[in-house]
Amino acid sequence: MKPDARGYFGAFGGRFVPEVLAYALDELERAVAEAFEDGRFWSEYRELLATYVGRPAPLYRARRFETGGVPLVVKREDLNHTGSHKINNTLGQAMLAQRMGKRRVIAETGAGQHGVAAATVGAKFGFPVDVYMGARDVERQAPNVALMRLLGATVHSVSSGTQTLKDATNEAFRVWAAEVEESLSFIGSVVGAHPYPYMVREFQRVIGDEAREQCAREYGRLPSDVVACVGGGSNAIGIFTAFLDSGGVRLWGVEAAGEGIESGRTAASLGAGSIGVLHGSRSYVLQSAEGQVLETHSISAGLDYPGVGPEHAYLKESGRVSYVSVRDGEALESFFDFARAEGIVPALESAHALAFARSISRERGGGDLVLVNLSGRGDKDLAHVGRLSS
Amino acid sequence: MDACHLKEPSATYRVEDALRAQRPAFIPYLMAGDPDLETTEAMVRALAIAGAAAVELGVPYGDPLADGPTIAAAGQRALANGVTLRDVLTLAGRLGREIPVVLFTYFNPVYRHGIEAFARDAAAAGAAGAIVPDLSLEEIDPLCEALARNGLAMPLLVAPTTTRERAVRIAERASGFIYVVSRLGVTGAGSAPDAEPLRKQITMLRDVTTKALAVGFGISTADQVRAIAPLVDGFIVGSALIDAYAGARGKEAVERVERLSASLR
Repeated sequence: MKPDARGYFGAFGGRFVPEVLAYALDELERAVAEAFEDGRFWSEYRELLATYVGRPAPLYRARRFETGGVPLVVKREDLNHTGSHKINNTLGQAMLAQRMGKRRVIAETGAGQHGVAAATVGAKFGFPVDVYMGARDVERQAPNVALMRLLGATVHSVSSGTQTLKDATNEAFRVWAAEVEESLSFIGSVVGAHPYPYMVREFQRVIGDEAREQCAREYGRLPSDVVACVGGGSNAIGIFTAFLDSGGVRLWGVEAAGEGIESGRTAASLGAGSIGVLHGSRSYVLQSAEGQVLETHSISAGLDYPGVGPEHAYLKESGRVSYVSVRDGEALESFFDFARAEGIVPALESAHALAFARSISRERGGGDLVLVNLSGRGDKDLAHVGRLSS
Repeated sequence: MDACHLKEPSATYRVEDALRAQRPAFIPYLMAGDPDLETTEAMVRALAIAGAAAVELGVPYGDPLADGPTIAAAGQRALANGVTLRDVLTLAGRLGREIPVVLFTYFNPVYRHGIEAFARDAAAAGAAGAIVPDLSLEEIDPLCEALARNGLAMPLLVAPTTTRERAVRIAERASGFIYVVSRLGVTGAGSAPDAEPLRKQITMLRDVTTKALAVGFGISTADQVRAIAPLVDGFIVGSALIDAYAGARGKEAVERVERLSASLR
């Protein structure tokens, strides 16, 4: 579905930003509408996905990781250039920035995957890129920081507030307000003010469009279940969109429970949050009774965020997608199991989806087929996992 | 047409009259509860006696997108003191007879409190209005109408990037005054207003509305006030005041904001 004219998916979404940004969002909305109607835009985009990103990403059956009798197949977004699904989006936004005549790029990042993907297209398209990253994440994800710098981006360590993705996003908004005429802000997930959640989804839906065809061609059927991790929710929306109208396909969004939904140390915005406004849209937010945004916790920096995309809030309320959560320890166990069973190191984010997929595949049978979005590779997590295990 | 004025907006006139009574009107911004609620109260009283036309009272919020480091840090200190929206409403009640108090709050605390309840409680406390900097024109209706029903003003912001067509719609809906943002970016004394674009924006606004105009963002010196004063009805000073009392509390903080306020007029 398309959001309504004011950017709402049902009761969620909208545009809650300071007036200075209204102009930029109107300008972006017009550019998106024009580009999305332009066949040449999409053919150039598809060409770059093929030659630069390495798409289509294959489906791979994880025979040694799967436990039941049903196949567990993973969509290999980890094989994309830069190692995650994030490049699908930054490539599209870079093409838009170019069409709009923008000269600079601003990006926020948590795990650093979006930052690396933004720095990468910045190098390719010749844009200076300023990346804002929480000071704690700069420390947790050192290899990605080095990579962004190698690619020519300037990485700004944000030491306000909780020093994670939330505060990096605040800072990116503030910087954008100051240079709104020459810059485009690349948002890395299906969050933010309209048109971002819609635009980012359209750049990520290639994941599900490909996977649907691959399931039909390689397995002769649609999957029974589609599983993806949800932080802001871009890889999940990306794989779900192609299946939303196929009622027989169960869709599962897996949030980071952290130390447990009830523990207070969690990042499960849909599971433990309530409706509020954060970073430009109305959705579920982890917040106090007074409306202050809470500090979150997850083993995975990419899921460590107190909000979630408004379309997910809508899909939760409509009941089309079931949202569940997986704890730090379960994700870590799947991280190791998947690496040793398949020779593929998953991102800690994706390990949440793998953990849940393995648990439901035990209950499946007959012609069922469980599809998991392996949204990124785990090299970036080695140092962090090493510290946790020692 | 002015959709949000469903009822006699008494406090709206109070804010606008206060701005018109002196020229240019001085509107200080202080963060409620920084360094503590008692000092905030004493500072507002002193500024009222010194001739401030109205005061903007900041409601502390942890994710203030429109604010620079000075106000963001003041909000963090107030939050660390445990200050909530209810405390700010109580403080507004203690000050509301002496000076029109306009609450300056991000939307999420208002939304959590309940839009209707917020308007009712703010009116009951004696506040004169509310500014919500992250509520775009497209989203203001429920709060704008609730505030109007309770007789409260809702000043709206106009930015350097606001087009004339949009300014017309904002001016129709704004009440109390129109908050003219002096430059791109966020609040803070770091960089001065952009003189020429600001002059053009004000000329455009005078052309589309007769409502009072108050300029804010980046105003920290008497020279800036002198340059802007002939063009507008009022000016807003926030970060410079907070920088002035930083590190002090009680009498010392009050004296410092008095000195800055005197130097600006």
